Amino acid sequence: MQIRRDVFQAIADPIRRDIIGLVARQSMNLNSIAENFSVSRPAISQHIKLLSECGLVVIVRQGRERICQARLAPLLQVADWIEPFRQSWDRQFTALDQLLHRLQSDPSTSNKQPIKNNKKKRP
Amino acid sequence: MNNTMVKVEPGKQELFIYREFEAPRDLVFKTFTDPQLVSQWMTPCNMTLHIEQFDSVDGGAYRFTHTDPTGGKHSFRGVVHEVCPPERVIRTFEYLNLPERGHVLLDTLHFEALPGNRTRITIHSVFQSVGDRDGMVQAGMENGVKESYQLLDDLLANLSARNLAIPAR
Repeated sequence: MQIRRDVFQAIADPIRRDIIGLVARQSMNLNSIAENFSVSRPAISQHIKLLSECGLVVIVRQGRERICQARLAPLLQVADWIEPFRQSWDRQFTALDQLLHRLQSDPSTSNKQPIKNNKKKRP
Repeated sequence: MNNTMVKVEPGKQELFIYREFEAPRDLVFKTFTDPQLVSQWMTPCNMTLHIEQFDSVDGGAYRFTHTDPTGGKHSFRGVVHEVCPPERVIRTFEYLNLPERGHVLLDTLHFEALPGNRTRITIHSVFQSVGDRDGMVQAGMENGVKESYQLLDDLLANLSARNLAIPAR
């Protein structure tokens, strides 16, 4: 199962939006970021990991410290009017990739799905 | 990883969608024309799909409905002009929830066999007007991405309040 890692995923969560706003103003280490939130430090760490995977922040080592820096350029993707259209297709085609993979590993699975009221398969 | 590319040039009545798949052409063609397979992937973000009709034959027709998380229904229909396995499908497409009828586009799906059992598809959509085309592309926002725009607006407002500029690409 492929996990989405893009700018849309990055900004979907209010805490992640606040983290972006925070580190865009000033690069800071994980502890300093966590102090601004009431959620646990591991939770903040997870959000930062996801932001990093989505390309919205980078973690830079300075001595023993890990400093989180904002990278705002990917936000332009959301501002691009064609991008949501492309994303919509891309998500469907990612589901199709998975279907094609299943069909090639076990062709018999293709006929077991009911046509009607089929729920989407993506997470 | 295979990336989806779209070509939407300013002022034109057409658009192109390109994508490659790690599967042979016969199989990819089937996933676009067999309703049991179509139903397993053609679901935009958070939508459920109900296929009412899907006859992939010359002179056939199709009709399906997407239901969004709030229960809103979006229905589409079209007639199938030509099904030429495994290389081409030509069909019309109409979104039935527009304020008025009569905005129909013509889709041509090309399936190209690539070395290594791979396939490239090209969807060529020709609209009746530039406005129809631009409206369709804008509607991409409604497939669950509209919310992202709102979130971006909030974030940008937040950033601009702090006098921060987003660097150019």
